[in-house]
Amino acid sequence: MQGGLLLMAAISMGYGVSRGEAAIVLRKAVRVCMECIGLG
Amino acid sequence: MRQSIRRKLIQTLAFFITNPRLGNFLSGRLYKGEWKSLCVPGLNCYSCPAATFACPIGALQAVISSAGLWFSYYVAGFLLAVGVVWGRLVCGFLCPFGLFQELLHKVPLPKRKLWAPLLYVKYVILIVFVLLLPLLWTDFSGAGGPAFCEYICPAGTLEAGLPLLAARPEFRQALGGLFAWKLLVLVLVIIGCMMSYRFFCKLLCPLGAIYGLLNRISLYRLQLSREACVACGKCQSACPMGVNPVGNPGAAECIRCGECVAACPRQALSLRFSADDICK
Repeated sequence: MQGGLLLMAAISMGYGVSRGEAAIVLRKAVRVCMECIGLG
Repeated sequence: MRQSIRRKLIQTLAFFITNPRLGNFLSGRLYKGEWKSLCVPGLNCYSCPAATFACPIGALQAVISSAGLWFSYYVAGFLLAVGVVWGRLVCGFLCPFGLFQELLHKVPLPKRKLWAPLLYVKYVILIVFVLLLPLLWTDFSGAGGPAFCEYICPAGTLEAGLPLLAARPEFRQALGGLFAWKLLVLVLVIIGCMMSYRFFCKLLCPLGAIYGLLNRISLYRLQLSREACVACGKCQSACPMGVNPVGNPGAAECIRCGECVAACPRQALSLRFSADDICK
């Protein structure tokens, strides 16, 4: 079962990256998130 | 070397690997390189000036709250992979906020056990604040906000809010009710951690909830030999998370700290990589 879940995780990450999710994370993470620090 | 000392060294090392850019605390600037698209396994605010990587809970909300996307396959896949391999070992060894909580618990205040039903609050927070509100509570453009980070996460206030307010005076103009609320949450969590071991992990952490759900099937696991166990109860007494390792070696609250393994006089418990049944 663990092998299947790891395969699913790898496919999920690959699909997420292919639709631009890593770029969204990068855009969010390189700026100060005003809401996250209680100033938004 | 004693297990507890070895674990503290690994936790300290993990803290500095997660937050290597300590000089940024003085300037209040953030690291803006490509590494920030990768998540760390533990809870660590990406607005912390010292952070090199992204917080998985913040990243999950960032994608979910983007207009047109309702789920993050990238972050969910990452959390599933980490959880299936390590389970809540991440909490016990790699999470910077976990280390902070353990240090707070050394403050000599009366110690209390949490009421057991409160352990389920973190699952509600995961579903409501991390998964649903960023998706459903949107503005006119369809974009939501990071509800957990905004209203609950004390790590963001501690690692990013307070250092940035200290280093960059322009942020002080934005101080208001929200920051007062976040500061109150941080103070309550700090007091809670002084009185109850890893108060935030047990009660509020959505990352602990995710890894806890995967604890029973994780490849790195606590294994019990029923033949060797004499049911002396020393493992349960030694567990700082209030788990009974004999009754439930795959308990969602077990952070794989190894205190029970060290306390067992018959070597009936072990921590290892295995796909076998957790009780033999």
